[in-house]
Amino acid sequence: MSREEVFVKLNEVFRDVFDDEEITVTDATTADDIEEWDSLEHINLLAAVEQEFGIKFNMGQVVSMKNVGEMADIIISQLG
Amino acid sequence: MRELTYPFDGELILKKSKKLKRALLESRTDFLEKRIAVLGGSTTHDIIRILELFLLEQGIRPVFYESEYAQYWQDAMFDNPLLSDFAPELIFIHTSNRNIANYPMPGDTKGQVDELFTEQYEHFRVMWDKLADTYHCPVIQNNFEYPFYRLLGNQEAVYVQGRISFINRLNEAFYQYAREHESFFIHDINYLSASYGLDRWSDPLYWHMYKYACCMQAIPDFAHNLSNIIKSIFGKNKKALALDLDNTLWSGIVGDDGPENLEIGQETPMGQVYAEFQNYLKAQKDIGVMLTVNSKNEEENALAGLNHPEGILKPEDFILIKANWEPKSHNIAQIAQELAILPDSLVFVDDNPAEREIVEMQIPGAAVPAVGTPEQYIRILDHSGFFEVTKLSEDDRKRNEMYRANIERKKQQAQFGDYQEYLRSLEMRGTIRPFEPLYTARIAQLSNKSNQFNLTTRRYTQGEIENFAADDAYITRYGKLVDRFGDNGVVSVVIGRRDENQSILHIELWLMSCRVLKRDMEYAMMDSVVEACQACGIETIMGYYYPTAKNAMVKDFYGTMGFEKTEETDTGVTIWRFTVPADYALKNTVITVEK
Repeated sequence: MSREEVFVKLNEVFRDVFDDEEITVTDATTADDIEEWDSLEHINLLAAVEQEFGIKFNMGQVVSMKNVGEMADIIISQLG
Repeated sequence: MRELTYPFDGELILKKSKKLKRALLESRTDFLEKRIAVLGGSTTHDIIRILELFLLEQGIRPVFYESEYAQYWQDAMFDNPLLSDFAPELIFIHTSNRNIANYPMPGDTKGQVDELFTEQYEHFRVMWDKLADTYHCPVIQNNFEYPFYRLLGNQEAVYVQGRISFINRLNEAFYQYAREHESFFIHDINYLSASYGLDRWSDPLYWHMYKYACCMQAIPDFAHNLSNIIKSIFGKNKKALALDLDNTLWSGIVGDDGPENLEIGQETPMGQVYAEFQNYLKAQKDIGVMLTVNSKNEEENALAGLNHPEGILKPEDFILIKANWEPKSHNIAQIAQELAILPDSLVFVDDNPAEREIVEMQIPGAAVPAVGTPEQYIRILDHSGFFEVTKLSEDDRKRNEMYRANIERKKQQAQFGDYQEYLRSLEMRGTIRPFEPLYTARIAQLSNKSNQFNLTTRRYTQGEIENFAADDAYITRYGKLVDRFGDNGVVSVVIGRRDENQSILHIELWLMSCRVLKRDMEYAMMDSVVEACQACGIETIMGYYYPTAKNAMVKDFYGTMGFEKTEETDTGVTIWRFTVPADYALKNTVITVEK
C-alpha cells in the first residue's frame, strides 16, 4: 500500500471516529489540530486504525507516536 | 438497529458510535429516561459511550454519573453531594481483578488466606450495604474475571494460595450476597471474558496504557451484556418467541417431505442439533417466556411436524400456533394482539432472511435476530439476552399457564351471550390491600413494565415502593386476581398521595396488567380506593392522565370511573375530579373481594 493510499484510509477513519466529514489529515496533524482528539478519544482512534489496516500497535509504538505522519510510517512498516 | 443486534461487529460500533447515537436518538421519541451512576475501579469512558448506544436501542435514554478514575469505593462510602443530588436510579460498580488489593502468596498459611479473603470481601460488602441504605436503588456489580497468568499453573484453582482459587471464593461470596439481596445483581464478566477469550480480553496493553480492565475491542460485548441486565431491571425484556417451523425447529419441509422424513432427534447429527435447540426452547418456558408458532404451513402439517415422536416441543407447549399463508408480519401482529402484549415484546426466529426482513420492516421494535445456521441458533438467541433474568418470580414461572388460561377464558367467553354472565362464571376472587413486603418486588416490576393501562407511567424502584408503603401520606393498593382458570398474581396498583390539608387524594399511579383487561378489576380497585378515602375523611380524589405513545386506551378511564374532567392542556394531559359521595355504590359486582 502506498503512503497516499494509507492517508486516504486514515482520513476515512478520522472522519468516522470524530464524526466530522471536513477532516483532512497530513503528516503534521497532531491532537492539537482536531478539537475532539483528547486522550480518551485517542484510544478509540488507535483501535479504529488497527481495525482498518488489520494491524496491532505495540506499546512502544503507541507511546512514541507523535503525529499522523509517524502513525502512517508505523502502519506501512507493519504492512510490510 | 442492525448494527447493535447480536451478533454485532464490535469494532464498527466503536468506530461509528457518534453516528449511531445520532441515528438512535432520531429513531423514536418515547425513551424511558434513567439516571445511572457508574462507579469505576478502572477507566469507564468508553464503556459509558457504548453502553449508552445499547440502552438507547432498548428504548432507555441514560443520564450518567461517572466517578473519577478508580474512585468507586470513595464515591460510595463517603458523603457525596454530587451523587446524592444526582439521585441514581441504578448503580453499576465496574471493578475487575485489577482491583483486588492483596492476593495470597504461595507461602501463606490457610489462616492467612482466610484473613485476606475476609478483608477483601468485606471491602465490597460494606460498600454494597452502604449503597443500599443511601440510594435504595438496584446495584449491579461485576464479578471477577480470571487473571491472565497462572503462577501455580494448573493447580492455581486447587491450592488456596492460587489466584484462581481466591477469585472463585470471592465470586461465590458475591453470588451469595446476590441471593440474599433482591436489588443486587451480578454482571458476570467471568463468563463474558471466557466467552470472548481471556487472553485477548485481558491484553495488558490496555491496562498499562489506559487503565482499562479489558481490551478496547471487548467493550461492545461488555456493554451489550450489561445493558441486558439494565433493560431487564427496567422492565424492557422481551416476552415471547414467535418461531418458524421448517428448517427452524427441524430440518426439512413438513408439507413437502412429510413428517416422517423430517430430521429431528438422535438419528442424525442435524437431527441432534435440532433436538438440542428444541430442548433449549422448551426450557425457556420455565423462565416465563411464551412460545408461539409463526409458520407458512397448513395447520394440519404444522401439527403433524410438532407431533413427531422424536420432537421435544409438542403442540401443547405453544400458547398460540399460527400456521397459515398470511404474511408473517401479519401473524406477529395477531399473536401480539391475542396475547395482549405489544408487538415489540416479541422475538421472531426464522432461518429465512427474507421472512426476517419483512417482519423487521413491518413490526418496529420486534427483535429479529440473524440466527445463522442451525448449530448457531442457541448461542445467538442466548447471547442476545432477550429474556435476561433478573427476578425469577413465581409469576414468571407461571406466565405460560396464565396466558393459556386467558385463551381458555376467551373461548369460554364466546359461549356466553351476556358479558356479565360470563364474568360471573369466572368465579373471580380478588385480594386488594395496602402494599405489603411480600409484593413490593412485583409492584415495582409492574410500575416499570406497564405501558398500556397506565395513567401516569411513573416508574418506581422497589425502594420507593417500600417508602410509599411506610408513609402515612400515601394510600396504596395492590390487587391480586384469581379465577377458576388460574391465579393471575398481582395485576393492579394504585398509589395516592394525600394533600397537606388531608381532604384531597391525588392519584399518582394507577396501572393494571393487560392480562386482566375487561374483567372489572379496575372497578374493584376504585371501590377499595374510595373505601380508604371514606375511612380517613378524604372527600375529593384527583386523577391525572399523562398521554404517552402507548397508553391511549386509558385516555377516558377516569371518565368511565365517574370522574369529572376539570382541565385539559394542549399536550393532552387531562385532570379529573371525583367527589366521594356518602352513599357510594360499589362499582364491582363480579369479583369477590377479600380485604
